[in-house]
Amino acid sequence: MDNPVQNYKLKTVGINLYYGDFHALRDISMEILECSITAIIGPSGCGKSSLLRTFNRMNDLIPNARIEGEAYIGNQPIYGSDSDAVQIRKKIGMVFQKPNLFPTSIYNNIAIGPKSQGIKNKGDLDGIVEKSLRQVALFDDLKDRLSEPGLSLSSEQQQRLCIARALAIEPEAILMDESCSALDPVSTLMIEDLMKKLAENYAIIIVTHNMEQAVRVSDMAAFMMIGDDRAGMLVEYSNTEDMFSNPKDERTEGYITGRFG
Amino acid sequence: MNTNDKTIEKIAKAIIWSAALFVLVILTAIIAYILAKGLPILNWGFLTQIPRNMGRSGGISSTIVGTLMVTAVALVIAIPFGIGTAFYLAEYTKESWATRLMRFSAESLAGIPSIVYGLFGFIFFVISLNMKWSVLSGGLTLSFMILPTIIRTSEEAIRSVPTTYREVSFSLGATKWQTISKAVFPSALRGITNGVILSIGRCIAETAAVILTAGTALKMPTSIFSPTRTMAVHFYILAREGISMENAYGTAALLIILIFLINVVANAAVNRLMEKGR
Ligand SMILES: Nc1ncnc2c1ncn2[C@@H]1O[C@H](COP(=O)(O)OP(=O)(O)OP(=O)(O)O)[C@@H](O)[C@H]1O
Ligand SMILES: [Mg+2]
Repeated sequence: MDNPVQNYKLKTVGINLYYGDFHALRDISMEILECSITAIIGPSGCGKSSLLRTFNRMNDLIPNARIEGEAYIGNQPIYGSDSDAVQIRKKIGMVFQKPNLFPTSIYNNIAIGPKSQGIKNKGDLDGIVEKSLRQVALFDDLKDRLSEPGLSLSSEQQQRLCIARALAIEPEAILMDESCSALDPVSTLMIEDLMKKLAENYAIIIVTHNMEQAVRVSDMAAFMMIGDDRAGMLVEYSNTEDMFSNPKDERTEGYITGRFG
Repeated sequence: MNTNDKTIEKIAKAIIWSAALFVLVILTAIIAYILAKGLPILNWGFLTQIPRNMGRSGGISSTIVGTLMVTAVALVIAIPFGIGTAFYLAEYTKESWATRLMRFSAESLAGIPSIVYGLFGFIFFVISLNMKWSVLSGGLTLSFMILPTIIRTSEEAIRSVPTTYREVSFSLGATKWQTISKAVFPSALRGITNGVILSIGRCIAETAAVILTAGTALKMPTSIFSPTRTMAVHFYILAREGISMENAYGTAALLIILIFLINVVANAAVNRLMEKGR
């Protein structure tokens, strides 16, 4: 498969992932473009989340997961013997499927990341909280309510806050695993606008089951499938427009037309 | 719903309702009876004077101090070890025969009658380690007695913290310790506190385990090496030996008030902490 990306931010080289004996990802190599949105699509269980989690080493938390191959953020190896999962995760923000704020104030939800990185000065933290909230267009709405519980917000605002929380660690890339799937259509569009705005400064990877969403927001699209040996594999990876207007692989075509049809 | 289902529904409701009412009435009756008998005895002198004449006259000040000291020793030991073990079991280790053994021991120990702890404390602390009847012997024995409860309730509280909190925390670049202290502990705090409050209640109310290890001395304890008599033991001796039923009720009333106060204060403290954490 030819590699369409030149100026990459993230990259995997021959990644194989195993959960115990189960081979979940087979030989995945792909490069993720800087300042763009890459959508990973594919049927349930094909390993989209697993692939996403290899970028920030979240699979390390699963006791029997084992990984082969290498991944990079910029030029830095993610799995090399010198690299440290905690340091890698500080460079990559993650947004989950459901809004998952901590049961604490709006302010503390955002400050928790910077605090764990040793930022204690109140002025610095205030600055980070304001900047992060501005990035997700929540600051004007919430600036007088920072001490209120985050869980009192609407789920769209909560998910925005989760994005702000991820931005507060000043990451270089953002991973979003079906981050709109718990939202209503209007909220989804609002979060999509936010994604596009953030993509001016960050490499973003999203996982989505929503084909329209992939078309609407992503620059690049990766189609994954479960192989004959049950392992997830990358079938096609290209410019989103090309993939949806003219898929090269018939399995891709089958999947996207099935969904559209 | 047909009429038959409706009747069953009504009967079930009535049974459940009356069960709850029955329990409520019994509990209130017991507490009301003791308070009615005991409250008139409670006055400033009763609280501040040393028992005289075996407890027939004077107050119960030394037993209040003894109770608080023994309980404090027990908590100082059981809280860190109990919560530490709970975090170890819930966060730091995989399931194995060792964790199962630990959990099984904790569960079995929780069911052992307190007199057995008393006997163990007597033989081990009082005799073998020559710590005599003392606040320390009593406190150590009680700490063993409440340890299983603290471990079990804390572990349960820690495990019920949603996994997503841990995931989010790690994804933000937090270390394991930061995740546990900043994301898991605050959410488990209320459950952990409930276990601790329960344990404080058991310490304060315990007789069998402390009578054998802290002794029955009525003098004001001056250090953790002094022997002492706790309020519950005092109450037991007053009533059992027919020394003074009035003072026994007074002591019991104060016990109830004390446990009630500890509940209120501990809950308020947790609420304050949660507020501050916001
Ligand atoms: N912790 C785990 N332990 C064992 N197997 C796992 C684990 N997590 C995922 N798997 C398996 O790995 C495969 C890929 O899972 P993954 O969650 O990455 O798929 P997905 O494409 O994200 O699916 P979905 O669209 O349903 O979210 C599945 O077969 C799944 O059962
Ligand atoms: Mg998934």
